[in-house]
Amino acid sequence: MAISAVSATTLREAPPPRRQRLLEDERWLAFVLLVPTIVLLGMFIAYPFIRGILLSVTSSRVGMPGDFVGLANFYKIFNDGIFRTSVYNTFVYTGVTTVFKLALGLWLAMLLNRNFRGKAFTRAFILLPFIIPTVLSTFAWKWMFDPTFSVLNWLLYHFGLITGRINWLGDPDLAMISIIIVNIWRGVPFFAISLLAGLQTISPELNEAAAVDGAKPWQRFWHITWPLLLPVTMVVVLFSVIQTFADFQIVYVMTGGGPANATHLFATYAYQIGIGTGLLSEGAAISLAMFPVLFLVVIIQLLYIRRVEVR
Amino acid sequence: MTTVTRRHVLKSGTALVGGMAGILATGRAPAFAQGTTVHWLRWTDFVPASDQLLRNEIAKEGEKALGIKLNIETINANDIQARVTSAIQSGSGPDVICVLNNWGQLYGESVIDVSDIAEELGKGQGGFYETSRAVANDGKKWIAVPWCIVGLQIAYRKSWFAEIGYTDGKFPQTWEEYREAGKKLKAKGRPIGQTLGHTFGDAPAFAYPYLWSWGGKEVEADGKTVVLNSPATVESVKFMVAFWKDAHDEGGLAWDDSNNNRAFLSGTCSATLNGASIYIEALRKPDTYKTEAGGQLKDDILHAALPKGPGGQFSYHVPFSNLLMGYSKNQDAAKKFLGWIHSKDVYDKWFVSQKGFSVGPTTDWEKHKLWGDDPIMLPYKQAARTGRFAGYQGPSTRKAAEVVTKYIIIDMYAKAVQGMPAEDAVKWAEAELTKVYV
Repeated sequence: MAISAVSATTLREAPPPRRQRLLEDERWLAFVLLVPTIVLLGMFIAYPFIRGILLSVTSSRVGMPGDFVGLANFYKIFNDGIFRTSVYNTFVYTGVTTVFKLALGLWLAMLLNRNFRGKAFTRAFILLPFIIPTVLSTFAWKWMFDPTFSVLNWLLYHFGLITGRINWLGDPDLAMISIIIVNIWRGVPFFAISLLAGLQTISPELNEAAAVDGAKPWQRFWHITWPLLLPVTMVVVLFSVIQTFADFQIVYVMTGGGPANATHLFATYAYQIGIGTGLLSEGAAISLAMFPVLFLVVIIQLLYIRRVEVR
Repeated sequence: MTTVTRRHVLKSGTALVGGMAGILATGRAPAFAQGTTVHWLRWTDFVPASDQLLRNEIAKEGEKALGIKLNIETINANDIQARVTSAIQSGSGPDVICVLNNWGQLYGESVIDVSDIAEELGKGQGGFYETSRAVANDGKKWIAVPWCIVGLQIAYRKSWFAEIGYTDGKFPQTWEEYREAGKKLKAKGRPIGQTLGHTFGDAPAFAYPYLWSWGGKEVEADGKTVVLNSPATVESVKFMVAFWKDAHDEGGLAWDDSNNNRAFLSGTCSATLNGASIYIEALRKPDTYKTEAGGQLKDDILHAALPKGPGGQFSYHVPFSNLLMGYSKNQDAAKKFLGWIHSKDVYDKWFVSQKGFSVGPTTDWEKHKLWGDDPIMLPYKQAARTGRFAGYQGPSTRKAAEVVTKYIIIDMYAKAVQGMPAEDAVKWAEAELTKVYV
């Protein structure tokens, strides 16, 4: 008995081991839990980003470290016609696809928010373009737009809609339209499902009450659904803009930036110069030229999210 | 029963720790566990039988002869440059990389000097073609071992050209004649198929000799002075615009190196500049590819050189060469492998499997009995003798390679075909060249 009492006293009085104390400290524990994330972000985001900046101010080529050249690479690319075309293309590509993805996604989301037979199947089916690996689906599209064996041309011809062949990927404007179509096809499910999730948070009673008060469907959408859906819409649009602005795979597979550089975006042009031609610094400068735009988009996104949280 | 003493355990443990430290220091697995593997990256050959031969037979023979395991990886030729760049920058990747055109010049600082292998190969096999030398030698040393040259000739439909007057295997001799022939054929729904797209082989192999044949050139012999913007170049561009509209399949602006094969084999185009892969494929599947009359397509294919222009008649054949990468940890084995694979007996098997699609990098291969097998392939036999290389009239330097990989000459024609005035297209290309050659 005496021994037990002594032991109990000793246990009570002895300070907890150092490791235990550290784990009980919330700040220390939070740091420990964050370490893996910090390491990953450092390895895959911070390091490549800093490395990119360092590369862009040197004259590095593949296998050659190069010398410090200041902003010479940026000066060079801003005087480069293909770069300017790529900038223009990137804005057109991002702008047009985002508008269409939003409109079609919203329309689909509204449809899917209704009750009908096979709703679950339809929702799953609509996700298909988003699920299939981009490169695989883009190869299928490339075949559909093939300059010689286009199945789209074949269909249009047999339905009597065209009399000659449409040069989908050989004509600069049509090539741009083609990659825009593929991006819209691929991006609509993301908008539709995200907006559907937003729609389902809106109480049906609000619409029912408005209907009882005599509000027409358009008025109900404009004055009830749209304002309540706006926070989700903003987040989805901003995410989509970031993704689309930096898009690579669709253009690389479909056109390789051609014909005659007519469909290059930031990413594909940076790839051609940096990786293809081995001019690493110039490639890095082209990639970094995207940064101010994307940074602005991220700032807007963060400010908006904070505003919504405060509300 | 062996007694394991405490001293025994300690000794073994110390040895193990020491061994591990050694392995970690060298960054390599010990030889007994590792074996020697040479990783060879190549394009996916347009003659599939050659890739099969390399994998199924030559790799096994190499293992027996050299004790080296050969890991052959094939990828789309358009992706090779990206692989080379990432391998060099990361310091790891294939030990040997087979590159096309003059791409090797872009990586001169990152490869091993292979002059000993190349010199011996040249001496022993009749000397290199100028094209092979130009792309694999930087003027001081061999940066690559020339592997082969894919000859580019126009494959054309014998019967269709006969219908418009080119009987007995005759073919248009000048660009004017070719355009007139193409015009007639296009009117019948049988246009000429040609890529002006961003692709590695058929596009430069057409655009460069076309430019030279009009008297145009990138630079002077000094390899620095850009002289593209000349009346000859402008004329060539003007002619191309009309030629394209009159005679070509206009989808060619978006074609890669495989589109013309598909178009020709399906009877959609009448003539196309190509390696002999169309004919070889028609030979391989005679009952698949038929003419509209039901005959075998292989019997209706002939080959001809590109026509003459005001400046002469030229060609560009695509050279291939093997880079031994500087980061390779198996340099000795890779060198041994390169010497072995280029040796006459071993190379011969691969050469035969190509059926003439490739000629050897040295002139001895013109004497091979293979050329007696099929007269349709004869135009490829000595094609490499007449080929010029990108960068003409200057040397095929890194800058010339940059021009090729940026598709500047090809895009000059493509832009004009898309509607840019010829003079502007030439000015644009000249400005791009000046940026490169500055």
